[in-house]
Formats: sequence, structure tokens, C-alpha cells
Amino acid sequence: MDKFTGVGIRPVAISVDTPEVSRDLCQKAGYTFTFLSDPKVEAIRRYDLVHAGQGINGQDIARPAEFLLDSSGIVRWVNLTENYWVRARPEQILEAAKAIQ
Amino acid sequence: MRVPRFNWPIWTGFLLSLLAVLSYPFVFVRWPFTRDFPWANLLIFCISALLLSIGVRRAFASERPRRSKIAALILTTLSAAILGFFVFSFFIASRWLPAAQGAPQVGQKAPDFMLADINNKNVSLAELLSSPINGKPAKGVLLIFYRGYW
Repeated sequence: MDKFTGVGIRPVAISVDTPEVSRDLCQKAGYTFTFLSDPKVEAIRRYDLVHAGQGINGQDIARPAEFLLDSSGIVRWVNLTENYWVRARPEQILEAAKAIQ
Repeated sequence: MRVPRFNWPIWTGFLLSLLAVLSYPFVFVRWPFTRDFPWANLLIFCISALLLSIGVRRAFASERPRRSKIAALILTTLSAAILGFFVFSFFIASRWLPAAQGAPQVGQKAPDFMLADINNKNVSLAELLSSPINGKPAKGVLLIFYRGYW
């Protein structure tokens, strides 16, 4: 993730996990970037990423997706993964970040 | 030729098929090379299949008791079921994702939001876009929506 902050991109992870669960994850994995909690799927719904009933207790969660925004909040790159095991490689995102002035 | 009492190939083959399926989410998912296509796991399944076939041949050697043959068949069937489950999970079930047609596209403004960070402090998208990174203005934000670790 330092690759991103190194080029001025702030990574922000969003899921339905509560702040406590995310804090635990960050401590265990050593993540230092921003983790936000959306347990009521509010932002997730606004981005049309709701995956209904997929949570372990049947709750709605997010389907995986990545959005690269420029400093004015305009979307410059989107990855809507077809398979939730396969994520975008950092190189692809860094390439897209280069195009932002 | 004296037939050994313990059919180790059949048991090792079965345990390897368990290893093949469990090592994906716990080990191989960490590196894009082995995550994006589970070739390491499929390789372990191949070795498992080889051992199982050796084990089945051994079990069906004429001197062996009937229960040995039944055990061999059960373990092989279980291993095949484990492989089937793995192939289904990775290649089929994980693609059952909603279309997200309403998701913001390139050129559109990303919807605003206000969510709690790990310290229970509310953060808005506007703040994320404007606060500096290491003293320099941020060039952009990468939003990573994920399923969660529940």
C-alpha cells in the first residue's frame, strides 16, 4: 500500500465490518491505511454494490469493486471484478494513477 | 510379495486433497500469482489423485480384506467431492456477483458518504480527498470495497 501513498493516492478500504473488526484486522495484518465501516450498507448502496444476504448471518455485504478518484472526486478508473477471488493488481492501479495530474 | 498392512497412499492422497482445498484461502490467496488462478492447488489435487490411484490399486490387491477396498473407495469419493467443491467455489460460485450497473463510471462524480473509521471517528469522502498525504496534497483516493472478514 505504500506504493499508493508514495504516488499521492490514499487507499481507503470499505466493508460492512465494524470498526472493532477492522481494527483487529489492521493490527494482525499490519495495515496502516484507512478502513471505514459501513454496517448499514449506506455507502455500499449508493455505489450500487450491495450483495444481498451474503454475510455469514445473512446480512447484506458489498460485492468487491475498486474506484480510483482524482482529488476533485471524479472517477478515473473502475474495477468491477468478475470473480471475487481475483482482485486488480497494484500495477494496474498505479498505471491508472499516473494518468491523473 | 508381502502386502504391507497400512495403505499409506490412500490416506496421504485423501489428506492432500484436504490440504489442496484449505491451502487456498489460508495460504495461496496471499500472492496474486497463486490467487488469480489456483494452479498451486490444482497441482496438489493432481498429486493427491496420483496417490489415490496407487492406493486404490493396492486396496484391490487380492490378499486385502474387503473393508480395505471399501475404505479406499470412500476416501477416493470424498476426495473427488472435495475437488468438485473447490472447482465449484472458485470457478462458479465466486462469479455469482450482482451486476452493479448503477456503480459510478469513469468521468462521473463519486457519491459522497460519511463512515466511521477504526477509531469510531466519522470521516467523509470530502475529507479523504482533501487531507494531505505526508504533508503533500493528495492526488487521489482509491476506494476498495470488499466483502469483509466476518
